Formats: sequence, C-alpha cells, structure tokens
Amino acid sequence: MSLSPAIRTAIAQAAANHGGPKAAMLEALKLVQEAEGWVSDAHLKEAAEALGVTTAEIDSLATFYSQIFRSPVGDTVILLCDGLSCYLCGGDAVRDAVMSKLGIGFGETTADGKFTLINICCVGGCDRAPVALVGPERKLVGPLTPDDLDALIDGKAVGGTP
Amino acid sequence: MSDKPLTGRARADRQPHSLAAWRGLGGGAGLALALKRHSPEAIIALIEAAGLRGRGGAGFPTANKWRFMRAGAERAGPGPRYLCVNGDETEPGSFKDRLLMEALPHQLIEGATIAAYAMGATEVIILVRDEYRAAAAALSRAIVEAEQLGLLGRDILGSGFDLTMRVHASAGRYIVGEETALIAALEGERPIPRHRPPYPAVSGLWGRPTTVNNVETLSAVPSIVEHGAEWYQGLSHTNEGGTKLYGVSGCVARPQLIEAPMGTTARELFELCGGIREGRALFAFQPGGGATAFLEAADLDVPLDFAHTKKAGSSLGTGAVIVLDDHACPVAAIGRHMRFYARESCGLCTPCRDGLPWVAKLLDTIEAGHGTRADIDLLHTHVQLSGPSGRSYCDLNTGALTPLRSGLERFGDIFAAHLQGSCPVGRA
Ligand code: SF4
Ligand code: FES
Repeated sequence: MSLSPAIRTAIAQAAANHGGPKAAMLEALKLVQEAEGWVSDAHLKEAAEALGVTTAEIDSLATFYSQIFRSPVGDTVILLCDGLSCYLCGGDAVRDAVMSKLGIGFGETTADGKFTLINICCVGGCDRAPVALVGPERKLVGPLTPDDLDALIDGKAVGGTP
Repeated sequence: MSDKPLTGRARADRQPHSLAAWRGLGGGAGLALALKRHSPEAIIALIEAAGLRGRGGAGFPTANKWRFMRAGAERAGPGPRYLCVNGDETEPGSFKDRLLMEALPHQLIEGATIAAYAMGATEVIILVRDEYRAAAAALSRAIVEAEQLGLLGRDILGSGFDLTMRVHASAGRYIVGEETALIAALEGERPIPRHRPPYPAVSGLWGRPTTVNNVETLSAVPSIVEHGAEWYQGLSHTNEGGTKLYGVSGCVARPQLIEAPMGTTARELFELCGGIREGRALFAFQPGGGATAFLEAADLDVPLDFAHTKKAGSSLGTGAVIVLDDHACPVAAIGRHMRFYARESCGLCTPCRDGLPWVAKLLDTIEAGHGTRADIDLLHTHVQLSGPSGRSYCDLNTGALTPLRSGLERFGDIFAAHLQGSCPVGRA
C-alpha cells in the first residue's frame, strides 16, 4: 500500500517548516510511522521520493534513531525502563513479570500482534520508578509492581500525577 | 517573590497553564521588562551578576556563552542565528526538564525569548526527545498562544524584536543531547558529534551562529530579569547563584524532584525524601547523574554546587542524585549504567563502540561471580585508556567510564569479593 495523499502533503509541508527536504527526513519518517505503525522498505522509498532525497540518506536516519521502527511492531508498544534508578526500585522483577505475562523478551512482539516490548533508559520518570511508557501517547506509568501488571497490559494504565 | 523561581508556579497536577492563567500568576513580567527597559548587553550583565551557569551538566557560565554568540553573530553578518533549546534528557536518573516542559511551557518560552533577544538570535528551535510527547504537545500549544498574543513573531511587544519559535520532536538516542550532535540532528544529518572548533557560536546550525542552552537554564531567566541578580544570587547557599532542580531517585523513601537553593547538601535532600528507605543505610550516591563519580556517607554535607562537588571528587552534572543503599551491589549498579552507555554509543570511535559493550560484559561476568583477577585488570585498562585525554571524539565514553573508575577506586574490595563468588552488599 502506498502512502496517502494526506501524508504526502504533510511531508511536503515538513520540508517547508524544517528548513528543507534533508532536515525534514526524520519528520517524514515519523509521519509514516504514525500512519502505518512502522516504516517498511516500500514506504521509506516513497518518503524519500516525496522529499527528493535518496533512500540511503533517509535510511541512515531511520536506522540510527531508536524510536523509528524498521520492522513491524504490535498495536501497543511498551517501552520499559531498564535504567539504574528503575533497577534500584525493583525494575528487574517487573521486567521478568512483564516478560512472563506476555511470553516475549525485549525487542519481540506477542503472537497475537498486540504488544511489543522494548527496553529503554531513562524515560524521565525516576521519581516513580520502575516505570514504562505505553502506547502512542507514550504515557508514563509507574511505580509498577510485578503483582500489578494487569492494568498495564489491559491498556488501562494511565499516567497520573506523582 | 517565590524562593522557587523554577517550579513555584507549577500546577499540582502538572498540567500546563494556559497563557492567560500563566499571566494571571505574574508570568510574562520578565519578558516585558527585558524588551522595554534593558539593552541586550544589560541582560547579559544581569545574567552574569546572577551567577547563572548552564544546567545541562557542564556548568559553563551562561553570560559568557551568550557573549560568544553576540560576537559570532557580528562576525557572521546578516542572516539567521539560532538558539537551540536542549530538551533531550536521557541520562539515567534525570527527570528535571520533563516537569519544566510539561507543566511550565510558557516559562521556558519566555526565558528562551529573553535569551534570544540578549544573544541576538532570530529563531528558536526546542528539541524535545520523542518519549516526552506531553511536553512537546504542551510547548507546541504554548507557542501558538504566544504568537496569537504578539509575544512571538514580528515586533514583539512593540519592541522591534522579531523571533520565530518551533518544536522539533526527536526520535530516541541519548547522543542527540550532545551539543554538536543536536545541531547535526536539526540539519537532518545523522546525529553524531562534530569537531569543535569551529564552535557553534561561530558556525553552528547550517553554518550560522548558534547557541545550545538547557531547558532548566532558560527557565531560570524570566525571574532573574524580573527580580534582579542580587535576589537570584541570594537564593543560593553558596556563591553559585540561584536554585537547582535536584532529582533524587533510587533507594530513598520518596524519590522526588526538589527545587532547592544551589549548594543544598545530600543530607538535606535525603531528609526531604524521607531518608534512606525501610531502615536501610546509605551506601553511596552519584550526585549528578549516571556519568558522575560516587560519593559516600562522609560526603553527605558537601554543598551540591559545581565547585564543591568537584572538590569532593565528583561533579554536579545535571543534579540527578542517584542513591544506593546497603543492599545495592555497586558492581550491578555500574553494570546497569554501562549497558546504557554501550547501547547509546553513536559508534564513531572504537574505544566507545567496542570498548563499552566489552566492559558491560566483563561486569556481568563479575557480578555473576564468574570473574577473574584478569577481568578486573582489564577493567582498569579500559578506564586508563578512556581518560579525558582525547582518545574518544566526545565525552560520552569518558563519562560512561567515570562511575567504573570511581567504583574501582572506592569499592575495590567489593569487586574483589565477587571473584570469590559472593557479594558482600547484596542485591537491590
Ligand atoms: S565517544 Fe562514543 S558517542 Fe562520542 S563520538 Fe565516540 S563513539 Fe560516538
Ligand atoms: S531510570 Fe528508569 S525512569 Fe529514570
């Protein structure tokens, strides 16, 4: 499937707003990812064409930035913090519990395509450690405990005030 | 006059104020004063007298940075000049800028506008890490509000000063927060560090004069202009001006963000956090984030400012205080940091790209009780080869090995005990 006209327009606009096609490459990748969930080879090529840059140029960014996904991810991406502050507050136990509950490791997606689990550090929620960022809004959830992951997995978890 | 100029006006629920609400709280006064009463030079002198130093980690005097920019702009002649706001905090333990961007976007915009006026910038770009979506949204909304009210754009408040501002959302990678990598990122290049000189003030974004300032630094600016240098200096416990956002995390009862006088001691901060958790004892702490050396109980009364922390053998860094109690194995803790830095190496130079994963692996082996004397010797070698002597291109590698260097020095006996298969400290 090719990119929608709306995304092509948005990519063209990004070039105007960011100071040229090259500087808009990351924005273009993000627009594609927002619409498709991830950045496939075909869409990468289309985005490059829309901007008038080479696929190699845009892929050199796509493969550098950790939050640009070059392979499919699940409906909900869980970014679980593995930084020191989270570790000191019981992060390993939470990590093990999430992994056994979902049956996947870091960088993997559940068989039903619902969840992708990725490790990341630090997500700026050390005062609520251990924490994760969940879903397209990158909602901060924590402090997480191994016994209390249902809300996180059910997608009900909400980031509130500390 | 609040004694918490950075966070005093944040809402309890951390939701951003509308511009109207912000002005209702007295916001905007600093900008009005700056544009109507002060010349750019006068503002720089005020910032110098206030003793404001960069809060991104290096602690460079802010006024000097702005002066370099003015000089660079003069030399470069007409054309765009950039102020880049560094809103990419990814250092383990750091969570201070998140609050300033999410809850107080108008304060940051005001500070950036005053700074741009003082240093002669024509465009502000706020780079926000991808994971802070609420912050990017709050800032984008706040910029639109400010434009509508004539606080951004052409002829701001009738002063003749023009300024545009926009948010650039990043997409992960710690290295983007490095000054020159941030500039490369905005140009659409791979965000890897560049050589200095030329310094960004001379040739930065698209070859034009550019200054990169931290979010916390700029957020302090409006109240300094409003209340004066003497007032700001007076907030501090030492001769380094103002307040500091300390983010205390790890093994304290209530980890939290604390705005306190510059030079507040760790003892005072830990008390505010309800002490070390569950009747445990302090083992050690890093005063300024993952890349700073450990301090111990004997250092509890060191005033945490740039000079005193340095004298104690560490550094203030970002003020992200990470606390280890007597159940937290330092070998495991350092290993955590090392895995982070290894993952985040940009890959440009060998000691960093290949050395850090090696060090991380060695630490895992030692932590698991399978290490040998030779492994510890290797760690020492890595530390020696990665000193701040220019073997790596940027500071990431040196910074990454700082906790290891410090850990080997201070806790050598604990590393040695692991060779016998036991950890005398235990696990977190
Ligand atoms: S020290 Fe590391 S992060 Fe810095 S330039 Fe070298 S490889 Fe890149
Ligand atoms: S270390 Fe996990 S949020 Fe900071």
